Amino acid sequence: MSNYIALNYWELAAASVFVLIDASLSVIFGLRIHRSLLVAAIRMVVQLALVGLVLTTLFAIVSPWWTGLAALGMVLFAGREAAQRQERRLAGWWSYGLGTGCMMMASVVVTVFALVTVLQPIPWYHPRYAIPLLGMILGNCMTGVGLGLDRLTTSLANRRAAVEAQLMLGASRRAATSPVTREALRSALMPVVNSMAATGVVSLPGMMTGQILGGVPPVEAVKYQILVMFLIAGGTGLGAVTAVLAGVHRLTDARHRLRLDRLSIPKSV
Amino acid sequence: MASERDRTEPEAGRPLLSVVDLRTHLLKAASFCLSAGECIAIQGPSGAGKTLLLRALADLDPNEGLVRLDGRDRTRMSGPDWRRLVGYVPAEPGWWADTVGEHFTDWSAALAVVGELGFRDGAKSWHIARLSTGERLRLALVRALMVRPKVLLLDEPTAALDSASVRAVEALVAARMRGGLAALWVTHDVEQAKRIAARRIVVESGEVREEIAECPIISR
Repeated sequence: MSNYIALNYWELAAASVFVLIDASLSVIFGLRIHRSLLVAAIRMVVQLALVGLVLTTLFAIVSPWWTGLAALGMVLFAGREAAQRQERRLAGWWSYGLGTGCMMMASVVVTVFALVTVLQPIPWYHPRYAIPLLGMILGNCMTGVGLGLDRLTTSLANRRAAVEAQLMLGASRRAATSPVTREALRSALMPVVNSMAATGVVSLPGMMTGQILGGVPPVEAVKYQILVMFLIAGGTGLGAVTAVLAGVHRLTDARHRLRLDRLSIPKSV
Repeated sequence: MASERDRTEPEAGRPLLSVVDLRTHLLKAASFCLSAGECIAIQGPSGAGKTLLLRALADLDPNEGLVRLDGRDRTRMSGPDWRRLVGYVPAEPGWWADTVGEHFTDWSAALAVVGELGFRDGAKSWHIARLSTGERLRLALVRALMVRPKVLLLDEPTAALDSASVRAVEALVAARMRGGLAALWVTHDVEQAKRIAARRIVVESGEVREEIAECPIISR
């Protein structure tokens, strides 16, 4: 595990030349993105440096409380991201609360499952395993939940007449919304299916590449990657299904009415 | 006043549909009743709340008030059960599948009624996207009738039809009314209102006003 090549700051600085090249291209072609490009690069460096510090501290103290707190912070950020990706959101706290709640449930269930039954580190909540695993599962879960809810709300709003036509004829809310629900779930899960199908052929996943660079034998790195892909599929499926079904529940009511009044006004036209 | 009327009503003349203080956040309290086989024309300027009234009756929007059918309180049955008894045909009906036939559970049963409105058997495979507004309105009416509701809420069902089709739709609904169907029919056409209904409800700025205060029993 220790036969990796450690980087010093001068080497990093040398690689940053490529960002400067991008910035100068922006100036030459008048793209006017050099400013935001540099700000983004600096943000990336600062954020990662902070994460490095946080992880170093977490790994040093191995506390269930601090690990849990870091995990909670990650989930809350992911919830905000997922909510912001939706064009038409649920009104009020529901937009943030529903996505975050479902992601928290799904990613925690899958991460704890992997820690307790597969990886079994000692202690089981060891942050060196718990935090990276949660991060990978959460990142994908966030995409799935965000896509699923976005598709659900836009489809229900666009196809209100079709859904209500079925309700008018005595269909239950479940039956009337089932085509839209299916579409939303499919759109939530397609990225996972596509990434599983393309992994190894089109793309070498970052985690596996990282492990190989860190000196782990490729076969071992591949095994980890397969495990992570399964966990990601599980977490995304669980999170997206609960979020979409909860979304359908929220956007209909006990009298089997469609309640689009519970959606906020669209952000953009 | 309406609840008093309900209590003192003789058993034989009990209305099929009775509405007491029905209101939504836009619609002011409305009370009226409708007997079996009766049609009430609903009139009023655009945007006055006619559609909101029908939607509230079909329980498609949140609303308050007491609505009873055959003496049964609406809250004592599920939303879907209620909507099978009180059918609603909106001014712009929705479609959830590609072809006409997919919107009917039993096309062969629908065929007789569809034929009365001038469609042929081949209409089953027609694409919804290619239908004219008038064709959509007529097919939506048949679709609602196939559920066999006791009350039909019609929102300008003949607005985009030629005069022959208007007559066919009016005759179809009138035939069903002789079988006991009651209807609330939104129309801007004063002549049509006179043809189809003996009573009239006017909706203006969310306020529902009945032209005749009593609940006449129409014998047919």
